[in-house]
Amino acid sequence: MSKDPFLSVEDLAIEFATAHGPVPALRGVSFAMARGEVLGVVGESGSGKTVACRSIMRLVAENGRIVSGRIRFEGDDVLALDPAALRKLRGERVAMIFQNPSTHLDPLQPVGLQVGEALRVHHGLDAKAARRRAIELLADMRIPDPQRRVDAYPHELSGGMRQRVMIAAALACRPSLLIADEPTTALDVTVQAQILDLLRQLRKEHGLSIVLVSHDLGVVAEMCDRVVVMKDGQVVETGPVAQVIEQPEADYTRRLIASQPALMKPVERARRPDAPAILALDKLRVEFRQPRRLVDWIRRNPPHVIKAVDGISVTVDRGGALGIVGESGSGKSTIARAIVGLAPVLGGQIIFEQAPILAMKPAERKQFRRAVQMVFQDPFTSLNPSYTVAQTLAEPIRHHKLCPEAEIPARVAELMARVELSAELLARHPSQLSGGQRQRVGIARALALEPKLIIADEVTSALDVTIQAQILGLFEKLRQSMNLTLILISHDLAVVRHLCEQVAVMRNGKLVEFGATEQIFAAPRESYTRDLLAAIPRMGRRRSEPAPLPADA
Amino acid sequence: MSAEAEAVAGPRRLSLIARLPVTLLVGGGIVLFWILVAVLGPRLSPYDPIAIDIGHSLLPPGGQHWLGTDSFGRDLLTRLMYGAGTDLQMSFFGVVGPFIIGTTVGLLAGNFGGRADTVLMRILDITVSFPYFVLVIAIVALLQPGLISYYISLTLVNWVSYARLVRSQVIVLKHADFVLAARTIGLGEVRVMTHHLLPNSIAPAVVFVMTDAVLTIVLGSSLGFLGLGVQPPAAEWGVMIAEGQLYLGIAWWISVFPGLAIAFLALGFSLVADGLARLLHTSQ
Repeated sequence: MSKDPFLSVEDLAIEFATAHGPVPALRGVSFAMARGEVLGVVGESGSGKTVACRSIMRLVAENGRIVSGRIRFEGDDVLALDPAALRKLRGERVAMIFQNPSTHLDPLQPVGLQVGEALRVHHGLDAKAARRRAIELLADMRIPDPQRRVDAYPHELSGGMRQRVMIAAALACRPSLLIADEPTTALDVTVQAQILDLLRQLRKEHGLSIVLVSHDLGVVAEMCDRVVVMKDGQVVETGPVAQVIEQPEADYTRRLIASQPALMKPVERARRPDAPAILALDKLRVEFRQPRRLVDWIRRNPPHVIKAVDGISVTVDRGGALGIVGESGSGKSTIARAIVGLAPVLGGQIIFEQAPILAMKPAERKQFRRAVQMVFQDPFTSLNPSYTVAQTLAEPIRHHKLCPEAEIPARVAELMARVELSAELLARHPSQLSGGQRQRVGIARALALEPKLIIADEVTSALDVTIQAQILGLFEKLRQSMNLTLILISHDLAVVRHLCEQVAVMRNGKLVEFGATEQIFAAPRESYTRDLLAAIPRMGRRRSEPAPLPADA
Repeated sequence: MSAEAEAVAGPRRLSLIARLPVTLLVGGGIVLFWILVAVLGPRLSPYDPIAIDIGHSLLPPGGQHWLGTDSFGRDLLTRLMYGAGTDLQMSFFGVVGPFIIGTTVGLLAGNFGGRADTVLMRILDITVSFPYFVLVIAIVALLQPGLISYYISLTLVNWVSYARLVRSQVIVLKHADFVLAARTIGLGEVRVMTHHLLPNSIAPAVVFVMTDAVLTIVLGSSLGFLGLGVQPPAAEWGVMIAEGQLYLGIAWWISVFPGLAIAFLALGFSLVADGLARLLHTSQ
C-alpha cells in the first residue's frame, strides 16, 4: 500500500456523555482502505460499526466526543478540516446511504428534486439542469422509465426503488467514497440481491469505493474485498474477506461465523408419514376490504378487496415444524393471525385436531386458544412496557386458572428456567432487558399455557445473529422436550431450513410450493422458489467479480 | 432474603428521588408549599377572613398586617391563605371529572372504533367548535353562579381534550404486538383495556392534567372576577383581584398579591407537568 492511503482511521476513540457518565463507543479503532476497494464492517448492534463509519464524515451525535485518533481521507486530515471544507467533504467527496430508505426521503417532495438537491447546493446547477441530471442518475440506478419516475413521490415507489433513489441522491456529486450503512437490511432477499448487484456495477463503472456496514456476513462475503470485524467498540479482526472467513483468528469471529443460519446443520429429523396432522388449513381465504368512499357509492364500484391469503392448503404434523417463507406482503403473517383468530377468515377451514375451529362453541374455542400460542417478531413491542416480567408470565396462568394462586410463583420460575433466563430478571420491566432476553420472555409467555402448537412470526429477524442462533437452539430444545409443534414464519430461508422439516413458499397470498424442506431446497419445482434460493447471499461464494481496480498510486 | 432485599431497597429509594427530574421536584415543592399554606394558614392567622373592620381599611403592607388590608379592612395575608384552599380545591375538582370521563371515552372509542367512535368523535368536534371560555361561562350562567356549576360546566366541556389524547394513543397501541399477545392468551376486552391499553396510553393525559389545573385556576379566577364563580365575601384569589381593581391607584397590594399567588401556583403545576413528561418519557 502506498504511504498515503485512500482512507485511514487510526486509533480512533469516541465517547458518549450519558446520565451515568461518559461511555466509550469506540476504543482505539484503526483500519484503512485503498481506492476502489469495498470494505466490509461487520458487528452486532452496539459494536460501534455505525459510529465508526459516520465519524469518517465527522458526523458524531450531539452527546458524542472524539477523544483521540486521526482520520485521513485522500490526504486530508478530516478532524482538522474547517467548516467549509467539511461541508465539501460531506456530500461531494463522501456520501452515505442508510438502512431505511422510507424514513430518509422527504415524503412531501418528488424524488427528482431530492436527487438534484445536492447538485443545486454544491454545484450551483439551475432547476432544469438539476432535473436533467437527476433523470440521468435515476437511469444509472436502473430505475425503469426515469422521465416519469423523476416526478414520483417516495410513497409511489417500492422499497427497492426508494433505496435506488437514495443511492442516486448520494452519488449525485460523484463522491469517491460511498458509505452504505445496512443498505439492504430492510429489503426482501430478491430486492437485496438487485441492490447489491447495482452497487457492484457502480463500483465497476465509476471506480467507486464503498464502505459496507452490515450484520450479515453473507452479504459482506459476497461483496467485499476486505473486512473489519468489530465488537464492543473495538476492532477484533481485519483482513481479506476470504482469509477472515476461512481462517478466522479471533474467537468472536469464529462465533459469528458459526451463528450464520446458512452454516448451521439442518435438523436431522425425517418426517414420520404416520404422524397425524395436528393442524390443517383447507383453502383458507383471508380478505381485507377497503372502506368505501362516497365516490364508490355513487359509481356503484364493487368493494375493493385485498386478498391477503388466497386459498392456501397446508398441513402440519404433530410434533413437526412447518416453515412458511415469502417476501413482505406475501400473506405469511396473515396466516398466523387467522389461525389465532386475529384476522377475519372469509372462506375455507382451519382444522385443529380434527375439529374445524370456525364451528367451535365458545368453551371449545377457549381450549383451542390455550393450545395455540404465538411468539411475535419485535421483542421491543411484544411485551407490555408497564408490566414486570413476573406479571407478564403470571397473567395467562391466572386468567386460565391453570393452578392455585399460591403456586403461580413456582410456575413462573419454572417457565424462566425453561427459556434459560435467570429468576433475578422477574422484577424487571421490558425496558431493562436486552432484545434476546425480551424474546425469551415472549417465548415463556407463550409456553405458560402449555400449548401444543406455537406460531413464531419472524421471531429472530430483529435480533443479532449470535442471539438468533441461541433463540433457534432454544426452539429446537423446547420442541424436543415438550413435544411442541412449530410453525415458523420467516423471510430467511436459511433459518427455515435449519429448523423445519416441511416448508411452504408463499407469494402474493398464494401458495407457490409446499413439501419436505430438503426436497424443495435441493430441487425447487417453481421458478419463484429458485429465484428466492438464488438470491440468498452466501459465504464462500463470490459472484462473477469485476477485476479489482488498481490501488491508488 | 428479605433482610437482603431491604438492605438493597434503602439506598435505592434514595437514588430514585435523586433521579427524578429537577423540574418535578421544584414544581412538586411549590404545590406542596401551597397545600401547607391552605392547611396551616387559617390556624395560624389571628384575623378573620370575612369580618369587616372599616377602621383598618386600605392599610399598606407592613406592621400588624404583613400584606396590608383591603377596602373592608380585612387582612390580605389571611384572605390569601384561605383563598389557597379554595383555589387548590378548584384545580382538583375542575380537572378530575374531565379526566375520568375523557379518558374512559377515549379508551372505549379508540379500542372499539366503528360507529360508536364516529358518533363520539363528532360530538367532540361539535364541542370543540364552540369558543372554550364562552361555552364555560355560558353554562355557568345558565345553571347558577358558584363553584359546583363551574365544575359541572368544565366536565361538560373539557373531557374532549382527554378523550382526544387517550384515543390517539390507544389507536396506535391496539395494533401493538403486546396487545395482540394479550388477546391470543384469551383475555377479555375489559382486561385488555384496563391492564394493557390504559397504563400505556395514559401518560400524555396525566401530563395534561397539570397544564389543565393551571388553566382551571386561571379560568376560575376569571369567573370569580366576573362574579360567576366563588361569591364574595368568600376568599378566592380571582375575587380578591376583582375587589382590588377599584383601588389599584391607591392600594396596589389588594390585587397584586393574589395575582402573584396565582402565578406562583401555576408555575408549580407547569413545572410538575414538565417533570412528569420527562419521567414518563424516560421510563417508557
